[in-house]
Amino acid sequence: MIQMKNVTKKYSNGVVAVNGISITIRRGEFVYVVGPSGAGKSTFIKLMYREEKATAGDVLIDGENVGQLKNRQVPQLRRSLGVVFQDFKLLPRLTAYENVAFALEVTEHTPAEIRKRVMEVLDLVGLSHKARMLPHELSGGEQQRIAIARSIVNNPKLVIADEPTGNLDPDTSWEIMSIFEKINAQGTTVVMATHNKEIVNTARRRVIAIEGGIIVRDEDGGEYGYER
Amino acid sequence: MKGRTLRRHFRESFRSLGRNGWMTFASISAVTVTLILVGAFALLMANLDKVADDIENDVEIKVLIDELADSQAEDDLQKKIKDLPDVDEVVYSSKEEELKKLIKDLGKDFELWEQQNPLRNVLYVKASNPQQTVEVAKKIDKMEYTAEVNYGKGKIEKLFSVLNSGRNIGLVLIIGLLFTAIFLISNTIRITILARRDEIEIMKLVGATNAFVRIPLLLEGAWLGILGSIIPIAAVSSFYPYFYKQVSPRLQGELFQLVDTMPLIYQVDLLVLAIGVIIGMLGSFMSVRKFLKI
Repeated sequence: MIQMKNVTKKYSNGVVAVNGISITIRRGEFVYVVGPSGAGKSTFIKLMYREEKATAGDVLIDGENVGQLKNRQVPQLRRSLGVVFQDFKLLPRLTAYENVAFALEVTEHTPAEIRKRVMEVLDLVGLSHKARMLPHELSGGEQQRIAIARSIVNNPKLVIADEPTGNLDPDTSWEIMSIFEKINAQGTTVVMATHNKEIVNTARRRVIAIEGGIIVRDEDGGEYGYER
Repeated sequence: MKGRTLRRHFRESFRSLGRNGWMTFASISAVTVTLILVGAFALLMANLDKVADDIENDVEIKVLIDELADSQAEDDLQKKIKDLPDVDEVVYSSKEEELKKLIKDLGKDFELWEQQNPLRNVLYVKASNPQQTVEVAKKIDKMEYTAEVNYGKGKIEKLFSVLNSGRNIGLVLIIGLLFTAIFLISNTIRITILARRDEIEIMKLVGATNAFVRIPLLLEGAWLGILGSIIPIAAVSSFYPYFYKQVSPRLQGELFQLVDTMPLIYQVDLLVLAIGVIIGMLGSFMSVRKFLKI
């Protein structure tokens, strides 16, 4: 699903965030990406949906070399995967329903398809009863569930999450976690950067630890391994 | 693009006008102020141009015919001048007619001269292009039986250079004004778009193409331009006819006249509307470009 070969990312200010990473993530895997702040986790993740472009090496998503995509091909890539952020990134003036539907409007689905599919995913995250509410009327956990619903509404094979529980309390984090597990159980690959020690150590999965731009540890069923 | 998507873009552009209430108002005000200036300037320039034209068209060459010429020679001369390139019309005026004009202009004292008319028969020559006057006059001067060729030597060259530089300055000012307008409006629109950069980022992250992001914003820019041109159009359409009514009677019989209201205000209105729409869209286009690089 995801293949990286000697990927390096050097920002224009000279910071080398990722320094020669090679890794393979297979279809259907659930992977935690851990590491201290500033270790390169976010960059590692941004390279996958081409918010950032590698300065060296290849990033392949589903066999496609993301670094070689032309700018006008990037939307196609983004539609084939879902991204979830720490700060949810919902459109504040749109209702929960409209936020999710938005990802389908962009891809020009028919209104009937949109309605059906949006209600499906809102059901999946358990928020179909709050479809008409605006983001600020929802709790943080609910907003994140809407964001997850949006990320999967296009039926992506890969969902990428950048600290999705970073702004949430422990109970809510577990709710979010269980939704990701549900999505993964349906065959979707999940890559999740996280600082949440409890989740990583309890719901054991493959753990990739990044420090100083390189992979220092990659083990199935691994531990979080940091004090915070 | 599907029709449904296009409808969405239209709906979206109207909705965001309403959502960004104050910024919409600010943008429209900026457009309005600028377009009022553009409209006023267009009216001014049209009239300056008209004045310049009128003055230029009034320029003619006065050819005094030598007394030795008989009527046959006078006819020949007139024909020869008429055959010159760049000559529009040649009018013959006998010395008796010339004297009548003089008496009419300067008073009865000159009636004394009716006994013995010191004046000469005259040909009035108009160049087809006023700027050619000097050239034509020089050619006529070389012909036989011309006693004196008068075209306001020196003065006319100065007049033309003043009129020409006046036109050029006007052109530069208009272009400068348009650039200022584009800058002003794109800045205001940039602020409204800046407030929505998160929105644009999210659109891009869920896989919206640049066109999908840009089209509603371009439409919005166009609406801002149209809304902003309402007051300037109303101002032009009501002010100019009023101004014309007040001023043109006083110019009766003068060398130059104002431009007629009728086609002019339509033209200026159309210009104002077109500039409003174009700078609205251009402003949006330039402001959004930066945020699409995600």
